[in-house]
Amino acid sequence: MQKSYGATKALNGMDLRVEEGRILGLIGPNGAGKTTALNAILGLTPYEGELRVLGRNPWTERELLMRDVSFIADVAVLPRWIRVWQVLDYVEGVHPRFDRAKAEAFLAKTTIKQASKVRELSKGMVAQLHLAVVMAIDARLLVLDEPTLGLDILYRKQFYDSLLNDYFDRSRTIVVTTHQVEEIQDVLTDLMFIREGKIILSCSMEEFAARYAEVLVRPEQAAAARALKPLHERQMFGQSILLFDGIERKRVAEFGEVRTPSIADLFVAVMTVEKK
Amino acid sequence: MSGGEMSAESRTVTTWQTFYWCVRRELFEHRSIYIAPAAAAGVALFGFLINTVHLPAQMRAAIADPAKMKGLGAPFEYVAAAIMMVAMIVQLFYCLDSLQSERKDRSILFWKSLPVSDVTTVLAKAAIPFAILPLLSFGVVVVAGFVMLLVSSLILAANGLSAAPLWTQLYLVRGSLLLLYHLITVHVLWYAPIYAWLMFVSAWSRRAALLWAVLPPLGVGFLERIVFGTSHLGAMLLDRVGGSMAAVQPAGTMPMNPMTHLTPWNFFVAPGLWIGWLITAGFLAAAIRIRRNREPI
Repeated sequence: MQKSYGATKALNGMDLRVEEGRILGLIGPNGAGKTTALNAILGLTPYEGELRVLGRNPWTERELLMRDVSFIADVAVLPRWIRVWQVLDYVEGVHPRFDRAKAEAFLAKTTIKQASKVRELSKGMVAQLHLAVVMAIDARLLVLDEPTLGLDILYRKQFYDSLLNDYFDRSRTIVVTTHQVEEIQDVLTDLMFIREGKIILSCSMEEFAARYAEVLVRPEQAAAARALKPLHERQMFGQSILLFDGIERKRVAEFGEVRTPSIADLFVAVMTVEKK
Repeated sequence: MSGGEMSAESRTVTTWQTFYWCVRRELFEHRSIYIAPAAAAGVALFGFLINTVHLPAQMRAAIADPAKMKGLGAPFEYVAAAIMMVAMIVQLFYCLDSLQSERKDRSILFWKSLPVSDVTTVLAKAAIPFAILPLLSFGVVVVAGFVMLLVSSLILAANGLSAAPLWTQLYLVRGSLLLLYHLITVHVLWYAPIYAWLMFVSAWSRRAALLWAVLPPLGVGFLERIVFGTSHLGAMLLDRVGGSMAAVQPAGTMPMNPMTHLTPWNFFVAPGLWIGWLITAGFLAAAIRIRRNREPI
């Protein structure tokens, strides 16, 4: 998949494959091409190369594809003038897989009233409303592009809890991009880092846990640990934290406490290495 | 992305159902479509009510001099004209807003997340100026006219006068049919390229749709005048805006012209009408294409 804006290559030969029943986190710095990639997947933008989503060409078959794909492209894209019942009426009217009762049951658990206009709701409530609509659609692929940006921590937590408990099952696939990486670490099954339109890391969370190890090295052993060529080193409270790629945990256990790094720490490490 | 079989549809939604809901959606957003003509009718009726203090005297004068009978119809024409003018203004602003506001408030990302094609969306939006508003304003005019007749009859009856001349002279049914003819020929079929042009500008421009809609044609017109010393474009645009002269025999297209002056044949064989439709189709097709590519502003 490729995409250029003038001379800028937003997507630079990206090969992306997601299996059913996975939750993929697409992580990258601003301008890495995440949104461009998602827009191509959702049929919002043309692209070069081959792309099939659920067996369809998203650019030429967007209308049909959207029966099986839901997406939240951003927080607060629901129009401000619309009333809650109008959203439900319209989606029920045009979407063959929308279960209104489900959406209403979800809304009943919130403080959102059906007569309210979107402009009268708080940002968190708008996100809840959008989530209620999306979860009531029996889609096979759900794409979330920064779905919780700017929400407070309660709403963010609730958002992912609802997704996992009331929506996700083995027949669905979720692709999510976010900057709040820590919050989705336990949610993801797969991880992908992208930068300048290229995938620079792609692995399942099991592989992630097996492959990367973070060691809190005791100062006197720092030199010995560094000899094993860590991917990245950072200091915290006067202690060195070394991140290793593909090392046996037994080999580094003697230097100090070994743990699985957070996605955020690995992201920083990988991005710094790439820059050099 | 994983491929495989589609799961079974839980319901079927036909294209017509989708289209219907897209039109409903427009009415959710643009309540002025029905509020403005209704409000215009309300204001016009209020003015008419005040004016009815003169009605008994006018009726007596008309009975004495039948030539004055026609003057009794004037308020009916004013009320109809007021409602239609308001509807036209709503139409123009609706067209300019139709494909721009969804990009401004980013809601296009929500609309595009649903299984509705750009063709259906744009055609549903076009249905507002092409069908909904003309029909709605027609309905409002007919209802307003009927209310005026009833009120007039009551007032005349209270003054011991017969309202029969009003009912026969004002040809409620005939007048309504004339109005409908005028709406369909001039407001829909003849003005079609104007609406399509405005929707095209709305889809294309990032801001100031009104300026983009008005200034380029003006600019090209002036350029033609300066370069070639001619004013074909200006004449063409004026002819379009002025309404079709072929639809009725005498100059002027007031809705209350007698039935005998209608010339639908002349209207439908006028090449300008067909060229206008070609232009309409072109602008709508362009608007659909543009919407497909456009991202939020």
